[in-house]
Amino acid sequence: MNYVLDFTPVLDGLPDLLVGCLGTLLLALGGMAIAIVIGIGGVVLRDSRYKAVRWAVKGFVELIRNTPFLVQIYFIYFALPLAGMRLDPTPTAILALGINGGAYAIEIIRGGVQSISRGQVEAGLALGLHKGLVFRLIVLKPALRAVFPSLASQFILLTLTTSVASAISAFELTSVAQRIESESFRSFEVFGTITLLYLGISWLMMSFFSTISARFFSYPVK
Amino acid sequence: MGVGEFLFLLTGLKWTLALSAIGFLCGSAGGLAIALMRTSGVRALERLTGGYIALFQGTPLLMQLFVVYYGLALGGLHLSAWVAVSIGFTLHASAYLGEIWRGSIEAVPRGQTEAASALNLGYAARMKDVVLPQAIRISLPATIGFLVQLIKGTSLASIVGFTELARAGNIVSNQIFQPLLVFGVVGILYFLMCWPLSLYGSHLERRFAVATR
Repeated sequence: MNYVLDFTPVLDGLPDLLVGCLGTLLLALGGMAIAIVIGIGGVVLRDSRYKAVRWAVKGFVELIRNTPFLVQIYFIYFALPLAGMRLDPTPTAILALGINGGAYAIEIIRGGVQSISRGQVEAGLALGLHKGLVFRLIVLKPALRAVFPSLASQFILLTLTTSVASAISAFELTSVAQRIESESFRSFEVFGTITLLYLGISWLMMSFFSTISARFFSYPVK
Repeated sequence: MGVGEFLFLLTGLKWTLALSAIGFLCGSAGGLAIALMRTSGVRALERLTGGYIALFQGTPLLMQLFVVYYGLALGGLHLSAWVAVSIGFTLHASAYLGEIWRGSIEAVPRGQTEAASALNLGYAARMKDVVLPQAIRISLPATIGFLVQLIKGTSLASIVGFTELARAGNIVSNQIFQPLLVFGVVGILYFLMCWPLSLYGSHLERRFAVATR
């Protein structure tokens, strides 16, 4: 073995890599925001009184959960222009991440909603609370509290999945790294370094989630 | 898309299946070793495997494939893409399966281990005949869930340049300029592999939930 590691290209590209980290965070947070909306909306629609809507939600969840994200992102990337929407790769990637995360969020949040007993809802209605208020305070919040750990680990997975968005050359860490690699041919050094950056990003996300959990979902001290 | 193109996709499908099988089988061996070390009670081993799991669960699969791919080449090993990617998936699967199985080993009631010790069973017999058979049952839904994740994950091997189903789709789509049709078909093929497994997994989960109620 007579290869000498050379980190100069990585150090030179460090400012770009850090901006790439911000891109990754943007993709992750944007994807999560869409995923939460789809997740909550999907859970509501899953109990719709129309059979077709219920089946559509179920079909969506199964379809997304059983196909690779890479195929989904290609499909969306090529399908959007046909639908008359011209989006840049980065918004396309955020949309794809949101759709993918949304399917998992529906499944996870549904589990939480099912754990709320019917009597709670009836008690809320009996107290004269408005239907929307019952949903928000009695169903949604305790459900989210119950499933928050699963939701958080799913979102960490979503954060890691953002690297796949480099396949459609969205702006994030992996595509920045690929550019530096193709200019310097220092593949191992570049990818080794950004692997550590990803590790940092996922730790950042974990502490972000535990802060949210402590701030919004903890019970008052007993 | 003609018959020829579809057959080419099926060739890719074959490699996806082979890669998933290798990753899962070798990963199972590695995962078992990691789960046993993680629950061994030896502090150093637990720390080491804990770090390994945190590393692989905290970084993207794509990066793991890149680093293994280029890292092996640096070490002077000039392996084919096929071997390098298999090693990558094995390391990845070992970490995830190790963590799943650690959980299930710890979920087996402590009294079982104590009873086995009281019957003078050694560590090997205790694990093989008492703890692991129960742990495997507990872990089955999560293990199948991970297998589905692994099959989907093999699509990332296409970015490293390994020709499996997703890359075959890419090639065909570049040839016939019908990306929607091609990726639709590729998606359906993945779905046909993963969906039955997912259904089986949730069936087991329900049955297990009923059994422990």
